Amino acid sequence: MSALNIFSILAIGAGSLFFLAGTVGLLRFPDALTRLHALTKADNLGLGLIVLGLLPRAGSVGDGLKLLLIWFLALFASAVSSQLIARVARARGPRA
Amino acid sequence: MSLTDAFSIGLALVVVGLALWTVAARDAFAAVVGFVAYGMLLTLVWVRLDGFDVALTEAALGSGLTGAMLIRAAGRLRDTEATANAERPGALIRLMAALAAGAVTAALAFAVLALPDPAPTLAPQVAANIESTGVGNPITAVLMAFRATDTMLEAIVVLLALIGVWSLGPDRAWGARPGPRYRADPDGGLAYLARTLPPVGLVVGVYIFWIGADLPGGKFQGATILAAMWLLARMAGLADAPPVSSGWLRVALVAGPLTFLAVGAAGALYAGAFLGYPEGYAKPLIKVVEWALLPSLATTLALILVGPPERDPG
Repeated sequence: MSALNIFSILAIGAGSLFFLAGTVGLLRFPDALTRLHALTKADNLGLGLIVLGLLPRAGSVGDGLKLLLIWFLALFASAVSSQLIARVARARGPRA
Repeated sequence: MSLTDAFSIGLALVVVGLALWTVAARDAFAAVVGFVAYGMLLTLVWVRLDGFDVALTEAALGSGLTGAMLIRAAGRLRDTEATANAERPGALIRLMAALAAGAVTAALAFAVLALPDPAPTLAPQVAANIESTGVGNPITAVLMAFRATDTMLEAIVVLLALIGVWSLGPDRAWGARPGPRYRADPDGGLAYLARTLPPVGLVVGVYIFWIGADLPGGKFQGATILAAMWLLARMAGLADAPPVSSGWLRVALVAGPLTFLAVGAAGALYAGAFLGYPEGYAKPLIKVVEWALLPSLATTLALILVGPPERDPG
């Protein structure tokens, strides 16, 4: 097994762990703000590590850039939507 | 059992489970969230079946656009939902509903199980005749040449749906701009997203449309992405819908279906059949129809989501 394969497995495995942890947090944390905090870990680190693990397997430079673009777009959209949800949650008070 | 089989079986179980949960959910908003997640998983199913065209359509229209529409509907129904849920129909009606639903399920299951194996297919005929269309993607060849009537009717049905949505507006608001006016902090995160994302979305939407001739993609998926970009700008308060009485808007809405009809009628004159393409002209004519449909579809889909005119004309 080549070093690149081991790198892919480690990175994708670690990314999946972050997704698992984020999901557990989403289900177990007490209020909207802490649940958002858990979710951002899945979006940012989880997806980032999975994209990182997939990069050596991309067929061409273009494919690799597309993977990075997907991660960037997901980061961007999740940051803005978390902000919007958090703002509503804060306006409605801590129990919302 | 290989790992991919295990993944497929797990995916199928989750899809069925989520479908049952969506039907059983009492809260409309929760059911919509279930429906959107169900659509995303269904996209994965289509990818596993190598149906990339269907997967793109499911993600963009089936899950994305329909999901956004249902979220809006659930939001509107929120005030009356408790009253509606409190009304419980009598035992007889519930029994009849269960019987009717069960009968439909049984009939569908019977129809699927009664299919001969291998299922009847026209795929070899499509593969044998795809050369004559000049298009590389067999799905596009079917949609735009062999079954062009269906696609034309789809484009017209979407337009009829918009007329249906508009007709829900009150009389006094007729002619006004549709939907509510959104206001957001012009320096906030949403406005920033709505300024930064559309350039990317425009490229992706037109790319998916453009590549549809030879690879998975097409006008419906591309138009949905373009519509989503405009809707984002609208939600951030950066754009507003034109009044429903606007002449330019009406032209934009009907231009695509009219072009399709005109090409179809020309086919009746020059190729011997309605929507027939003369020898050698298939690909250019398909391109003309697709280019005409893209803006019309994007406008129609976006305005269906915006909703009926409800503001006082001013």
